[in-house]
Amino acid sequence: MNWLLEPSVSTFGPEIDRLYYIILVITGIVFFITQFLLVYFLIKYRKREGRTAAYTHGSTRAEILWTAVPFVVVLMLALISKPVWDEIKDPALFPEDAYEVTVVARQFEWEAQYAGSNGEFDADDSFTVLNRLHVPVNQPVIVHLESADVIHSFFVPRFRLKQDALPGRSIPMWFEVTEPGEYELGCAELCGLGHYRMDGLVIVHTEEEFEAWKAERLAAAGGGVTGTERAQAMTGEESR
Amino acid sequence: MSAHATQEAPNDWDFPAFAGDHEHHEPSFIRKYIFSTDHKMIAKQFLAVSLFFLAAGGTLALMMRWQLAFPGQPMPVVDFLPSTMAPGGIILPEFYNAMVTMHGTFMIFFAIMPLLVGVFGNLLIPLQIGAGDMAFPRLNMWSFWLAVPAGLLMLASFAVEGGAAGAGWTAYAPLSADGEYTGVYLGQQLWLASLFILGFSSIAGAVNYITTVINMRAPGLTWLRLPLTVWALFITAILVLLAIPILAGALIMLLTDQTLGTTFFLPETGGEPLLWQHLFWFFGHPEVYILILPAFGIVSEVLANGARKPIFGYTAMVLAIVAIAFLGWIVWGHHMFMSGMNPVLGTTFMFSTMVIAVPSAIKVFNWLGTLWGGNIHFHVPFLHAAAFVSLFIIGGLSGIFMASTPVDIHIHDTYFIVAHLHYVLFGGSLFAIFAGITYWYPKMFGRMMNSLWNRIHFVGTFIFYNLAFFPMHGLGLEGMMRRLYDPTQYGWLAELQPWNVFITYSVFFLVGFQVIFFVNFILSMWTGREAGPNPWNANSLEWSIPSPPPHGNFQTIPVVYRGAYEYSVPGHERDFLLQNEPPDDAAKRRPEPAQRVDPSGQVKDRGGDQ
Repeated sequence: MNWLLEPSVSTFGPEIDRLYYIILVITGIVFFITQFLLVYFLIKYRKREGRTAAYTHGSTRAEILWTAVPFVVVLMLALISKPVWDEIKDPALFPEDAYEVTVVARQFEWEAQYAGSNGEFDADDSFTVLNRLHVPVNQPVIVHLESADVIHSFFVPRFRLKQDALPGRSIPMWFEVTEPGEYELGCAELCGLGHYRMDGLVIVHTEEEFEAWKAERLAAAGGGVTGTERAQAMTGEESR
Repeated sequence: MSAHATQEAPNDWDFPAFAGDHEHHEPSFIRKYIFSTDHKMIAKQFLAVSLFFLAAGGTLALMMRWQLAFPGQPMPVVDFLPSTMAPGGIILPEFYNAMVTMHGTFMIFFAIMPLLVGVFGNLLIPLQIGAGDMAFPRLNMWSFWLAVPAGLLMLASFAVEGGAAGAGWTAYAPLSADGEYTGVYLGQQLWLASLFILGFSSIAGAVNYITTVINMRAPGLTWLRLPLTVWALFITAILVLLAIPILAGALIMLLTDQTLGTTFFLPETGGEPLLWQHLFWFFGHPEVYILILPAFGIVSEVLANGARKPIFGYTAMVLAIVAIAFLGWIVWGHHMFMSGMNPVLGTTFMFSTMVIAVPSAIKVFNWLGTLWGGNIHFHVPFLHAAAFVSLFIIGGLSGIFMASTPVDIHIHDTYFIVAHLHYVLFGGSLFAIFAGITYWYPKMFGRMMNSLWNRIHFVGTFIFYNLAFFPMHGLGLEGMMRRLYDPTQYGWLAELQPWNVFITYSVFFLVGFQVIFFVNFILSMWTGREAGPNPWNANSLEWSIPSPPPHGNFQTIPVVYRGAYEYSVPGHERDFLLQNEPPDDAAKRRPEPAQRVDPSGQVKDRGGDQ
C-alpha cells in the first residue's frame, strides 16, 4: 500500500499534502520507536528462571517528560494546521476575483447551475449541466453548494477538497485548479441506495476553451429550453 | 472514608448470602439462570448475548466484504436470503446499506459496549472491591432484561417491510428522518426504539456501578488502591450516565420527526439537520471513550500480571483516564469538520482533539514502562494485551491525521477513518476483550480455556486482522469513500479493486479464526482444566476466593492492605501479594482471615452455605 499521495492539482492541495507528510514523518517516528520498544522489551524481559522483575512504581520525571513532549508536538501540529484550514474554509478569506457557480446535490446526481450572460442565475440564458462541472483553469472558482434532499458530500480527491452539502443551506467553497483536465467527483456521505453511483466529473478548461464552451451553452440556453423556462412553463407564467 | 465506615459497622444486609445463611436455600432454576440478581450470572448473561451479536455483526461484515470484493456476484453458501435482501445471493444496494448500519449498530451498542461495560463491569466491580453483589441487584437484573427486548427489536427490524435501518449507525438526518429518502420506515423506527430501550439498560447499569464503587469498597480499599479496571469502569459509568440521556433525547426527536410530523431535523419546514449531528456526537464522542476506557483497565491489569511488575505510574494512569473523560466532552465537533459547521468551530475542535491525544500517549508510555524490567510470562491474556498496545498505538497515531483539519478534508469519510476506527475498536477494544475473557474465564467458569487453541486463535487473529485493516489506510488516502455498495462504479476506485479482494480474503480468514475462539470458549466449560482460585498468581481480591465464587462472593468481608499491583515485592517469597494478605507483622496479631483460600483449591463444595 502506498503512503504517498497522488499529486494534487489545486492551489491549496500542496499545503494539505505538506501537512500530511509532516504528520506522517512525526507519527512514523513515534510508531517505530514505540513498536521497537514494545518488541524489544518483550524479548529482553521474557520469563527467565531466577530472574526477578524490577520492583518500581514509576518515575515522576518520566511522566512529566512524556506528558510535556507529546503536548508540545500536537499543539505545534494544530498551530501549523490552522492557517491552511482558514485559507481553504473561511469564507472571509476566499479569493475575490472568483468565478461563481452553484451546485445542487440530490439523490443521486450533481446539478451545476451557471449564471446567464448578465451574471444572474435566473437569467433567460442561465443553464444547468448534470454531473459535469466545467470550470476554468488558474482562476479561483467559488461553488455555492446546496442539497435538494439529504446530506451529500462533494469530494474531488485530486483537488484535496471535500464539503458536505446540507439541505436548507447554501455552503460556499472554493478551489483553483492548476492543470486542465478531467477530475472525478464523488459523494462522500451516505445518501441512500444510489450513494455508490453518484459520480461526476469536474472538467477543467483553459481560459479560452472555457469561454468558448460557456458562450456555446449560453447561446443554446438563450434560444432553447432552459431550466427557468421549464419552470415558467410549469407554472404557466409569462416572462417579460 | 466510606471504606472505614464499613469496617466499623459490617453491613451484612448488603450481602444477601451472609444475612441469609440460616435461611438460604438453592434458588430455583429461573431465579438462578434467568431472572438472576447475582452480578456474576448477569455478567455471563451479557456475555452470551453480546457474543451472539459479535458473531452476527461479523457475519454482516463478511457479506459486506463479499460485495466489496466481488460486486454483483452471487454469494456462495448464502443463497437463501429473501429477494428483498439478496435475490439469488446477489446483495441489493438497500440491503448493503442496512448491513452497513446494522454492522455498526450491533458491534458498538450490542457487542463491544455490553462486553466491556455489561460483562466486565458486572463481573469485576463487586469482586474487585470485595463486595457481595451490586448495590442494587434487582436493578442490575433489569439492566440485562431491558437489553434483551432492545436486541430483539433490532433483530426484528430485518424482517419488517422496507428492511432494517439504512442510514448508517450515525443515522444522519434527513436521510434517517423521512422514509421517503431510503424506503425504510418501520425499520428505522425500530432502530430508534431499540436504542432508546437499550439506553435504560445502560443507565441502570451505570447507576449501579457508581453507587457500588463509592459505597461498597472493602475496608482498606482506598481510591488509590483500586485496580485500574475498577477506576476505568467507574469513570465509564459516569460517562454512560451523562451521555445516554443526550442520545435518548435525540432519538425521541428523530422518532417524532418520523412518526408525528415534527420537523426538528427536516429543513424544508424549518428544521436543522446539523442539530442531529451535534446531539449525536455530543453523545457519540463520550461513547467512543466508553468503548475504550474499560479496555485500558483490562490491559493494565493483564500487562502488570504478565510482566510480574507493579503497573508503571499508577496515579498517572488514573489521572489520564479522568483527563480523557473530561476532554471527551469537548471534541465531538471533529466528527463534523466537513459538515458545514462554522470553520472557526473546526479550529476550536482541532485544538481540543489534538490535546486529547496526550493522555492516550501517557497510557501507552506507562504500559511500555510496565514491561520494562519485567519477567514476562506470555500467557494468552498477556498476548492479547501486548497486541492491544501495538494496535492502539496505530489507531491513536492515525487519529492525529484526522485531527488536523486540513488533512481531514482529504481523508474524512474515506477508508482511512474505517481503518482508524477498526484499529481502535477491534485492535483496541476487542483485543482487550479477548485479553479480559481469557484472563477472567477461569473466575467465571472455574476452568481454564484451552491454551494451545487460544494461542492459535491469537496468532491468526493478529495476522489477519492487520492484513485486513492496515491496507484500508491506503485505500482512504487514494480517496475511497466509506459505505460504498460498489466501489468499481468510480473510475479511480476501480483500479484499487485488487486491494479490496485482498482485504476480503483476509477478513474471511480473520472470521475463520474467531470460530476457533467460540468453540474453545464453549467446550472449555466442560473440558477445561480446573482453574483453582488464582491461576494467574494475581493480586486483586477476586483471586482470593474460589473460582467461580459462590453466591455472595466473600465469606467474610476482606480487609485490604495494599494496591492491586504489588508484584515481585523484594523480600517476599512469591512474586505476587494478594491485596488482602495481611502484612507479616499484622499476621502475628490477627487470626488468618477466613476468606484466605484453601491451598487445595477445592472450591466446589461449600456445604450448607450454598
